[in-house]
Amino acid sequence: MKTNASLHHAKPFGVAILFAVALCYGAASRAADHPAIPDTLQQRIAACTSCHGVHGEGTPGSGYFPRLAGKPAAYLARQMQDFQNGLRKYAPMEYTVRQLPPAYMREIAEYFAAQQVPYSRSPLPPVSAATLQRGEELIGKGDPARRIPACSSCHGSQLTGVQPSTPGLVGLPYDYLSAQLGSWRTHTRATVAPDCMAEVANRLSESDITAVAAALASRELPADTHPQPAGSVKPPLSCGVLGATGDPS
Amino acid sequence: MKWLRWLLPSVVLLGVLALAWMLFGGRGSRPTPPAASKVAAASLRDPALIAKGEYLATVGDCAGCHTAQGGARYAGGRALATPFGNIPVPNITPDRATGLGDWSFEDFWQALHSGKGRHGELLYPAFSYTSYTKVSHDDALAIFAYLQSLAPVHQPAAAPALAFPYSVRNSLKAWRALYFREGEFKPDPAQSAEWNRGAYLVQGLGHCNECHAARDTLGGTPQDVHLSGGQIPMQNWYAPDLSTGKNGGLEGWSAQDIVDLLKTGQSAKGSAFGPMAAVVSGSTQHMSDADLHAVATYLQSLPPRAPAAQPGTPFDARTLAEQGEKVYAKHCAECHGKRGEGVAGVYPPLDGNSSVTEPSGINATRMVLLGGFAPVTAANQRPYSMPPFAQQLSDGEVAAVVTYIRRAWTNQASVVRAEAVSKYRHTPID
Repeated sequence: MKTNASLHHAKPFGVAILFAVALCYGAASRAADHPAIPDTLQQRIAACTSCHGVHGEGTPGSGYFPRLAGKPAAYLARQMQDFQNGLRKYAPMEYTVRQLPPAYMREIAEYFAAQQVPYSRSPLPPVSAATLQRGEELIGKGDPARRIPACSSCHGSQLTGVQPSTPGLVGLPYDYLSAQLGSWRTHTRATVAPDCMAEVANRLSESDITAVAAALASRELPADTHPQPAGSVKPPLSCGVLGATGDPS
Repeated sequence: MKWLRWLLPSVVLLGVLALAWMLFGGRGSRPTPPAASKVAAASLRDPALIAKGEYLATVGDCAGCHTAQGGARYAGGRALATPFGNIPVPNITPDRATGLGDWSFEDFWQALHSGKGRHGELLYPAFSYTSYTKVSHDDALAIFAYLQSLAPVHQPAAAPALAFPYSVRNSLKAWRALYFREGEFKPDPAQSAEWNRGAYLVQGLGHCNECHAARDTLGGTPQDVHLSGGQIPMQNWYAPDLSTGKNGGLEGWSAQDIVDLLKTGQSAKGSAFGPMAAVVSGSTQHMSDADLHAVATYLQSLPPRAPAAQPGTPFDARTLAEQGEKVYAKHCAECHGKRGEGVAGVYPPLDGNSSVTEPSGINATRMVLLGGFAPVTAANQRPYSMPPFAQQLSDGEVAAVVTYIRRAWTNQASVVRAEAVSKYRHTPID
């Protein structure tokens, strides 16, 4: 009886093994033929990650595919919306995001906001010590005579940004920073009114742009690169991206 | 040969008369004020009529042209680039100063059906009245009621920026004589009601032929090239032939494949991209299943086409394709498959894909350069995407891989060269 019973058990067990082997074999032969496409956001957004990196680390060799990792999610979502509406002008970005619905853009923004990857440093142009000093002055104190607020008064004391809509400035390449300040002046980068950053960029002189971009790009990264919590700064200008209306002043 | 002496002066005289008629002939007309319209203002406020009009305006994708990037829907404000110059797109919200606020239905009908403005001026055919002339009176009324129900937006249009002689509106007389036949859609009693509905939508409001037929040097589509495919001027995409018959651009597409593409942006045979992605997102995905099946039924009745001339095999075709195969294995095969079979519902097949094998090679070239997301539709709200390869691949590599996919598996299309790739790197994206 005992033998019979074990035989009785052995049979379904054998069938299960055969079945498992067949399954593995089937999966393996399918995999060899065409690996399964993972149903992940990362897989879906190959159009983003091919330039900005799988973890939003940017393309360090080129100053023009900026790091997205760790930037505030609402800031990132806003940028996509600005490209859609033609406020920010860069044809490949406008083309890529032109049809994306708000919920999907928010999901993509949150993906990159949640990424944590080390910063890589980009080369600096040769600038004088005086230029760097001027840049540091603008970062920490601004230029009250020309109504230029300090970078840190909006972007956080460590320049790591502020939740939910103000991006960090440290760790970005010189080329990217100076190009963005320039594009605010040429109206190829704008955002909802009052566009306070456009005001600031227009109050800077050209040499100020070089100075502040060089000083920001040469800054050592703070130990904690996360954006500061919401409400931890009181911006000196009215900014549409922070929900303000009226004149930036 | 005495009569020959009279021939030249006669031809010159006729030419002068024709020119005078073109430039000065014809009189304007007065607009019909809404108060004098045969359509009572109250009847335009019927919610059922407005709802019908909203559906029809969506089928016609009016917002696709009449909305600027980031602008209010239907408020115009952008310019449509044509080979003859820029044509501003008007505001069709009911703003009295800058939109259709002072228009009567009679004015609207004259524009849609006859291609004439309120004052009798000839409209530039960037506004596709060559197709809209087939829209029925009832449907036009519903669309007008819907447009009049929108919130008015104040947005003036710029003046047209056209080169001479196109800047003279009367020059359109000659154009209209060549390419415009005014008249409503005439159902074919020999065909089913479904076929007739499809034909009505495709030929009229859907204005499919405006892109899916080749335009000649005067920007017109000759009458005999219905839906046979063509390059879209200025946009530089190729709108394929829509015949599902032998040698057609959609050869082998089932009715369901057509419905799937129009409803979801994807099908077992290929995905929509470029301008068609915007058409699917903004228009066709919202069409009723009955209308989509009607469109498919009509397209399936298009005649088979003459076989295309076999593309030649230039001496370097094999080298190009061999280089391309390596690029394909490295960058493309992971998603599109070693045999170009794609992944159902995720990545389109490339084997047998009419967008890959279309005559010009533009579509595949630009897809490789631009990448991008599949159309966003209710059925596909988080689409997968393709990386843009413009930064990663040289002109030569793009030409090689495009040549490879156009000639691999069952595909048999012409080679694409590096010079063409470099041209399309600089094509504007909108």
